[in-house]
Amino acid sequence: MAHVELTLSALPAHVRTARLVVVATARRAGLDDSLVDELRLALGEACSRAVGLHAKHAPTAPVTVTVTDDATGLTVMVSDYGPAAEPTSGDLARDLLDSATDDEFDDVIDPDVALAVLTGLVDDCQIDVTEGRTTVTMRWPLPATPVGVSGPGATSVSQV
Amino acid sequence: MDLSLSTRTEGDRTVVVVGGEIDVYTAPKLREQLIDLVSSGQYHLVVDMEGVEFLDSTGLGVLVGGLKRVRAHEGSLRLVCTQERILKIFRITGLTKVFPIHASVEEAVSATD
Repeated sequence: MAHVELTLSALPAHVRTARLVVVATARRAGLDDSLVDELRLALGEACSRAVGLHAKHAPTAPVTVTVTDDATGLTVMVSDYGPAAEPTSGDLARDLLDSATDDEFDDVIDPDVALAVLTGLVDDCQIDVTEGRTTVTMRWPLPATPVGVSGPGATSVSQV
Repeated sequence: MDLSLSTRTEGDRTVVVVGGEIDVYTAPKLREQLIDLVSSGQYHLVVDMEGVEFLDSTGLGVLVGGLKRVRAHEGSLRLVCTQERILKIFRITGLTKVFPIHASVEEAVSATD
C-alpha cells in the first residue's frame, strides 16, 4: 500500500502541481494508461473547483489531496473548505450558459457544475459534504499485478 | 505544458489555435484573447483545439463566455476537436448541443449553418 498526501495553497498554479504528482503516483501504482487520462481530467476538475471555492470563501485554507493504492484499487480524495451542494442533475449545458451572465459575461463556472462533470467522468465518484467541507472521493481499479512496481516504496513479501 | 495561443484570418473567420492546457491557471489568457477579438470586431471565431492536452470546466466556462459574446453580435463560435478525451467533457456537459464541433479547420471555416 502506498499513500501520498499533498497540502496545497489554494492557488491556480498549484492545480497543475497536483495533477503531475497524482498522475505520477497513479502510473507508479500501475493504473491503466486508458484511465490515466480520465484521472488527470478528474483530478484537475476537482482541484480547480476547490481552488476556486477557496479563493472566494477560504483563501488561507489549504486544499488537501490524498492518493492511496491498495488491494481495492487507487483512491484519490480532494478536500476543500468551500460550500457545496449536490451535483446539478438537470441540463448542464443550460447551467453553463446561465453561469455567464449577459450583463457582465462572467465566465466563472458554478462549482456544482464541476461536481456534475466529475460524476460524469468517473464511474466511482463519491461526494461528501459535511460542515462546509466537501470531499470528492474517486476510485479506479488497479491490475492485480502492478506494472513496473519495484524499488523503493514497493512492497514485497517473501517467506523463507 | 502551458497554454499557447495564435490567431489567423481565413476569409471572414478568425481562427484561434489553442495548444497545451486550459485549466484554472491558464483559462484567463484564453478569455482575454476571445474578449480582444470580439472587442476588435471579429465575431465569427473558429477555436482549433486539436493541440489541447487538458480542459476542465473553467476552460468550458471561457468558451461559453466567448460564445455568448459573439452571439451578442450575431456572430458564431465553432470548435475544431477530434480528441476523444476532450470531446468527452463536451458530451458530459451537453455542450455538444451548444457548440458546433468540427473535425477540421477547413470544415469549420466553410460551415455556414
